[in-house]
Amino acid sequence: MADAPVHLKYTTDHEWVELNGDIATIGITAYAQESLGDLVFVELPEVGITITSGDDFAVVESVKAASEVYTPVSGEVTETNEELGDSPEMINENPYTDGWIAKVKLSDKSELDEMMTAEEYQEYINQLEA
Amino acid sequence: MTMTATPLNTAETKLALPGHQGLKLEEKLLFDQSREGSYGVDLPTLKGTTSRTGQPVRETVGLPEVSEPQVVRHFVRLSQMNYSIDGGLFPLGSCTMKHNPRLNEKLARLPGFAALHPMQPDSTTQGALELVHTLENWLAELCGLPGITLAPAAGAHGELTGMLVIKKAIEARNETRPIVLVSDSAHGTNPATARTCGFDIVSVPSGDDGLVDYDAFAELVDKHGKDIAAFMVTNPNTCGRFEKDVTRIADKLHSVGAYFYCDGANFNAIVGKVRPGDLGVDVMQFNLHKTFSTPHGGGGPGCGPVGVTEELKKFLPIPKVQKDGDTFKLVTDCPHSIGRIKAFHGHFGMMVRALAYMMSHGADGLQRVAEDAVLNANYMLHHLKGTFNVPFKGYCMHECLLTDKHLKDKHVSTLDIAKGLIEYGYHPMTVYFPLVVSGAMLIEPTETESKQSLDEFINTMKHLAHLAETKGEDTFKQFPLSTPRRRLDEVKAARQPILKWEKPE
Amino acid sequence: MRYLPNTDADRKAMLNAIGVANVNELFADVPADKMLKTLPDLPMHLGEQQVEAQLSALARKNLNTAEAPSFIGAGSYRHHVPATVDYIIQRSEFLTAYTPYQPEIAQGTLMYLFEFQTYVANMTGMDVANASMYDGATSLAEAALMAQRVTKRKNITVAPNLHPHYLETLQTYMATTGGEILFGDKPSADCAAFIIQSPDFLGTPHSLEGYRKACDETGSMLIHAFTEVLSLGMLPAPAEADIVVGDGQSIGVGLNYGGPHLGLFACKSKFTRQMPGRLCGKTEDADGKESYVLTLNTREQHIRREKATSNICTNVGLCALAFTVHMSLLGEKGFKKLAQLNHERACMLADALEATGKVKLENSTFFNEFTVELTKDSADVVKQLAEKGILAGYSLGGKRLLVSATELTSEDDIATFAKTLKEVL
Repeated sequence: MADAPVHLKYTTDHEWVELNGDIATIGITAYAQESLGDLVFVELPEVGITITSGDDFAVVESVKAASEVYTPVSGEVTETNEELGDSPEMINENPYTDGWIAKVKLSDKSELDEMMTAEEYQEYINQLEA
Repeated sequence: MTMTATPLNTAETKLALPGHQGLKLEEKLLFDQSREGSYGVDLPTLKGTTSRTGQPVRETVGLPEVSEPQVVRHFVRLSQMNYSIDGGLFPLGSCTMKHNPRLNEKLARLPGFAALHPMQPDSTTQGALELVHTLENWLAELCGLPGITLAPAAGAHGELTGMLVIKKAIEARNETRPIVLVSDSAHGTNPATARTCGFDIVSVPSGDDGLVDYDAFAELVDKHGKDIAAFMVTNPNTCGRFEKDVTRIADKLHSVGAYFYCDGANFNAIVGKVRPGDLGVDVMQFNLHKTFSTPHGGGGPGCGPVGVTEELKKFLPIPKVQKDGDTFKLVTDCPHSIGRIKAFHGHFGMMVRALAYMMSHGADGLQRVAEDAVLNANYMLHHLKGTFNVPFKGYCMHECLLTDKHLKDKHVSTLDIAKGLIEYGYHPMTVYFPLVVSGAMLIEPTETESKQSLDEFINTMKHLAHLAETKGEDTFKQFPLSTPRRRLDEVKAARQPILKWEKPE
Repeated sequence: MRYLPNTDADRKAMLNAIGVANVNELFADVPADKMLKTLPDLPMHLGEQQVEAQLSALARKNLNTAEAPSFIGAGSYRHHVPATVDYIIQRSEFLTAYTPYQPEIAQGTLMYLFEFQTYVANMTGMDVANASMYDGATSLAEAALMAQRVTKRKNITVAPNLHPHYLETLQTYMATTGGEILFGDKPSADCAAFIIQSPDFLGTPHSLEGYRKACDETGSMLIHAFTEVLSLGMLPAPAEADIVVGDGQSIGVGLNYGGPHLGLFACKSKFTRQMPGRLCGKTEDADGKESYVLTLNTREQHIRREKATSNICTNVGLCALAFTVHMSLLGEKGFKKLAQLNHERACMLADALEATGKVKLENSTFFNEFTVELTKDSADVVKQLAEKGILAGYSLGGKRLLVSATELTSEDDIATFAKTLKEVL
């Protein structure tokens, strides 16, 4: 499994967030995609909607499971990864880059402070697997 | 291990061969066999009447053209790619795949039943209405609930009907109760049904024994109190256990004015032994295609009657069959009813079959059904508990639950065991359900399997466990080898769905 | 009991193996005071001969449409079913199989479902059809709920003359959603969907063109419903609709006193993921061979639980098989010819009834069913004719009667009906 990149922040529900200015890019982690297996469909949020930290805003589906993706941050969805429509496998292949799900214009940057660092997340996964 | 025969062919002959191997016959879709000008039904010559539809006459529909012998051969070949109860043990947990007597088929096809129109005057269908009425009485006696409707088309439809009855009863009390409790081991239909009825779902956890965690349940009842409309519990539950706190659960629910809904999917284990109505259940659905042996037919038709208490009777759907003296009639003028849940009166064809089955067994035979079903499952459990991991101690009801926990280090999973069973000539058990047990294998042999048949299955399971120990995952990932098709690429099917035949370009 | 293979010796051996003295010890978790102390208060078991005799006696008490001239339609139609259909659906491998969750040993079921879906999609002019629903009425109710999900709107507009059972079923299902059912001949502003039945309950076919335009203006979905699937062999495909639902009972299923029937459900491909019910799709197996499997399962209750598109699980698979076999026998030309044959018989019936001088035809257009006005109360007439062994039709109240003809309606039947009607009117 790919190591969690150090420049990202993580949640206990296995989402990651990358911050660029006041825009947060959200995706799911390598651990998440691996436990889900081959993804076959991604339901993306509508661009323009406002989401609040803790909302389920997207769904990733494998053959036998559908999992909600929860946003760890609040704000307006400014862009979604339309390519996932035809190629949901991008999440399996490159969860931290091409497999991003949505970009959100943050209303409260401090929400990121509550998220885990790569090191903490790695530790969290190790505990789960133990 | 079974060897797959290699067809004798060269590169050239392979192109011309249909791909048959012994009795494994390949078959194309009828669209790929269609030849313009073929047909399988001779119809009288048209008179050439001028159309009075007021619409242009349709030119193209998009159907294949084949003759009757082609149609017969096509479907016979398709049938030969299916596993069936008539052909072998079908141990799907919570599905009750038991023997389907042919007598029931014969009786359902009597023209006096099969050729009745649902809108005929009641005076011309007295025998059919009497049959419905009789079946209602049998079910009422068996579940201990006086109000029965036979209208629902399947188990999930029965759940919907039952929950709509509950919703209506709550409205009639001028209350609002937005919450339905659902046990976490429930079939997916339970939460889906409650949601369809507009309720919010609160999940009730199972304890370490596979039963409803009574304390957690009681705490939820205390917390939500009069916001609770009902608790949906399958009993016996999907872990194959009887909810031993059932009467306490009923009392607790009733103390806050909530209803106790029992999913009767597993009624086979207790029919004739104990009556849900006597346990405090307010509403339950039957699955005639499980307990009362109407054939599953590759996915229906089913029939999902619902039983309710005296209090809830008036809310049952229309139509109702009423007996006045010696005559029967269909009644629709019922002001408190939830209304109609489908067209006409329910799956009458399934009612004929179910009643024939119940009359064949009688009171004595039905009790025996439950006893043998439970005995067979415990016999299976007894012989497999040393070989497979058993998550819960004690006896089971009509199905036994195993897991793949001890095979983890061999990288052999429940799915692999299932595919191994297929290779060795069995339909697999229910796998990965209930969801609360990791790697679940839920085995329901039913009462219509003999001890000999159980012994053979047990030996096969032990053999598979031995294979897992000795050969490990490489062998299992190949399974099945001897079936019409090997493991399927389900990811491809879901990523780029092809849901109908398209004419090749 | 003939269906139970265990002998008393087997039972004893098994109890011994388990280590219990009697079977009731296995029921230890059932509260002891609730266990039945006696047998249920029901008759004892019967032999095959006795069951057959008792139930045959009940069957004989009914007047069945195989022996009585019948003109009742109203959502359930008497048609000829080829012998091949019943032979195929009684094959053990179809009759006693489960839902095809293990595709390696269920290709038979899966392949006919794929053919079934293709037939239904092509017949309705839609892109995709599911593997069946309970009946036409529940298909319609599920279509309305689907339209609510897709449009995120609540209300549904229903065009006049929807089958009353379909409307009542829709009302029952809608009661849970907070939406209102409105009535009108065009979609109300802000409604999720507009429902039009064609031919409608009174027998009149409708063109969808105008309704499509109206729905586009209000942003509503257009749902086309039918009760007589054979009409699709003569009337234009309802391709302008977003969802097409109806009953397929006419093809291969038979009357069965109203059930089982066969719910058909088809829609445009952009709505596939919002569909209720099972879907079969094409794929490959590990050897690269063409194969079929249930797919897009994440819409369904066994995976999505309370977020599923519907609570439906068991549908009417075997009826879908009967339909598929019958449609395969009919084929492209036979299906259209059968539809035209039905229309011809209906025209013949209309003419014969009008010729009595006591019956007024209300429809200017119809397929195989139409409404007439009698000179007397139609419910009384239905009763009187039933006593004479004729099933006259469906009383619409007052003097109006709904009658239908199919390929099974013979010229003799029509003559007898017209003559008897003339006598009682």
